[in-house]
Amino acid sequence: MTRSTAELVTAALACAALTASPAFADKIFVSNEKGNTITVLDGTSFEVIHTFNGGQRPRGITASPDGKVLYVCASDDDLVRVFDTETYEELPSLPSGPDPELFVLHPSGNPLYIANEDDNIVTVVDVETRQVLAEVPVGVEPEGMGVHPDGSIVVNTSETTNMAHMIDTTTFEIVANVLVDSRPRFAQYDSDGSHLFVTAEIGGTVSVIDTASNEVTHKITFEVPGVLPEALQPVGLRITADDAKIFVALGPANRVAVVNGETYEVEEYLLVGQRVWQLAFSPDGKYLYTTNGNSNDISIIDVASNEVLKSVQVGQQPWGVVATKSN
Amino acid sequence: MGKTGLRLAGALLATVAFCSQAQAQTEYRAAVLRVDTPGPMPISRLDLPPDDLGFAGGALATADNATTGSFMKQTFVTEDVLATPETAEAEMQRLLDGGIRFVVVLADEAMTVRLADLAGDRALLFNAGASGDVLRNADCRANLLHTAPSDAMLADALAQFLIWKRWDEWFLIEGSHPEDTALAEAYRRAAKKFGAKIVEERVFEDTGGARRTDSGHVQVQAQMPVFTQRAKAHDVVVAADHAGVFAAWLPFHTWEPRPVAGSGGLMPVSWHPAHEAWGAMQWQTRFEKQNNRHARPEDYQVWMALRSLGEAATRTTSDDFDTLAGFITGEKFELAAFKGQKLTYRDWDGQLRQPVLLSMGPVTVSVSPQDGFLHQVSQLDTLGTDRGETGCTRMTARED
Repeated sequence: MTRSTAELVTAALACAALTASPAFADKIFVSNEKGNTITVLDGTSFEVIHTFNGGQRPRGITASPDGKVLYVCASDDDLVRVFDTETYEELPSLPSGPDPELFVLHPSGNPLYIANEDDNIVTVVDVETRQVLAEVPVGVEPEGMGVHPDGSIVVNTSETTNMAHMIDTTTFEIVANVLVDSRPRFAQYDSDGSHLFVTAEIGGTVSVIDTASNEVTHKITFEVPGVLPEALQPVGLRITADDAKIFVALGPANRVAVVNGETYEVEEYLLVGQRVWQLAFSPDGKYLYTTNGNSNDISIIDVASNEVLKSVQVGQQPWGVVATKSN
Repeated sequence: MGKTGLRLAGALLATVAFCSQAQAQTEYRAAVLRVDTPGPMPISRLDLPPDDLGFAGGALATADNATTGSFMKQTFVTEDVLATPETAEAEMQRLLDGGIRFVVVLADEAMTVRLADLAGDRALLFNAGASGDVLRNADCRANLLHTAPSDAMLADALAQFLIWKRWDEWFLIEGSHPEDTALAEAYRRAAKKFGAKIVEERVFEDTGGARRTDSGHVQVQAQMPVFTQRAKAHDVVVAADHAGVFAAWLPFHTWEPRPVAGSGGLMPVSWHPAHEAWGAMQWQTRFEKQNNRHARPEDYQVWMALRSLGEAATRTTSDDFDTLAGFITGEKFELAAFKGQKLTYRDWDGQLRQPVLLSMGPVTVSVSPQDGFLHQVSQLDTLGTDRGETGCTRMTARED
């Protein structure tokens, strides 16, 4: 009795210390596709500190640039659920169009660009007025969404059409279509927007697109001894702020590839959990978090040393992840 | 229904073509030729074939191709042709004379071969209906690809699962029609290939008669146990009933309490409306929205055939028949078809490699190939006739 009280006090003090020092209160938010929940982890201790309802089939997850607002694609609710990252209170939802899967925020924090898998459109939503600004027709099964660092172009990948569609963010017109390999899942620009990286799950490659010419200039391929080539399925992708390393989640191969940002050679394969899906950096870029859908956990990777530090159990079938900095 | 859908897609394409100024559009024309043979009704009314069987899958593929085509200055037009065994060849001739060079065929084995021979080097045919192994072996044709899985693939897919379950003693019941005998042979081959033992074999004679009677189930409840009585000890009953005469009646009516698989119970299929993994939900939703019904394997098989053409059009941007056909059967071809990996055509018999769903009623029970069944080239080649076993010698004829 006395002991647990003491522990409680210590815990409370520890919490107070954490809240007092903003650098110590980064948070990691994980969407659990099957569990219909959002798991919140402390960005320092990597312990689960809270779990809350994320709506039906939460997948894509992102946060406002100031880290105060969390956006979640609740795919089977056909809307984007919005939460306060401090109180976890649900805020008014955003219209999303049917079956939203992935989305990306404009660098300014508004608007939100949402891929609607069932309707072959990208929906543009103003997060302040909660109005749909535009619906842009794209290829069959739109999925991956990326935004140019200067905000001028948003890119969508369509899984059955196998293209990256570059959409002008002022006119909402498609300005270029670039053919990539089968089932493109995710798109990410490098820091100055000169290159766009698109993963192709079934094709097993990452296309490197020169954004000046909109040509595929390189294809990154993967090979792991003892792993069937068809299991090497690139899905999530993240690039370090200095463009030195590209991390690629390889789905059922249970590995994250570390790719040299200059030579595009794979330097290492890091063994993580089962069916590794999406990736996110910590706000300071020191850690990379991976969602492992079939082992119900996330892996934490030290970016400098390429070391997998630990894995933490989250909810059922974790899908997406985002980390926020404390305010 | 399917026809209307296709015409609509065509009209939409025409509008797109008309609206996008004077830029040259490439038009890709194909046909789906379905040859309906009159036969008995299925045992279950849930299995009654819809009028637009296959055509609906084609309509979806054409719409998917058209969406991609709108970014590629390509249009896709598919003609649906419903024929009888008497009119099929004349219809094929009409299509060939009209310059259509990609034809998806839904017909029985013999008709499929006749149509392929009629087309010769004027068209590439996709067999989306017939599963007979003979079409992939002795009766294979250089101008005939197969999106329908073969009996051998289906039997191997089920066999792998049964072996994984350690249910390796089988009671094989085959129907009395020639295609049942061929299917039973595929199960014998699968048993040998994966180490199962067929402990008992029986033939269920089709004595004809109506499938539809008000009290049919009363007799079945008495007949099926008797038919399956005193079989040697077995783990599972495997039914080879292509004609659909008895297998649906086997579950819960066997003498011994044993699971049923094959043509009844747990069934190996290319597609099932309950399948939702690997993005299949999106396909199911698109299909159901367009056609107001669940998809059948034939729909999926026609979809894969026309999407193969779509892939060739997208990747080659060519309108040359040899270039397109060569791409489809070539090394760079890959089809994403909601099975978790790319699908390609085998160069020794024209068969599309594909995982096989094991479905029962409302759920997908498993998907083969099963883990642990390894292959030196592709795990998908653990299903069906492998390169070294093929009896097909005609696949290279087109190069001549």
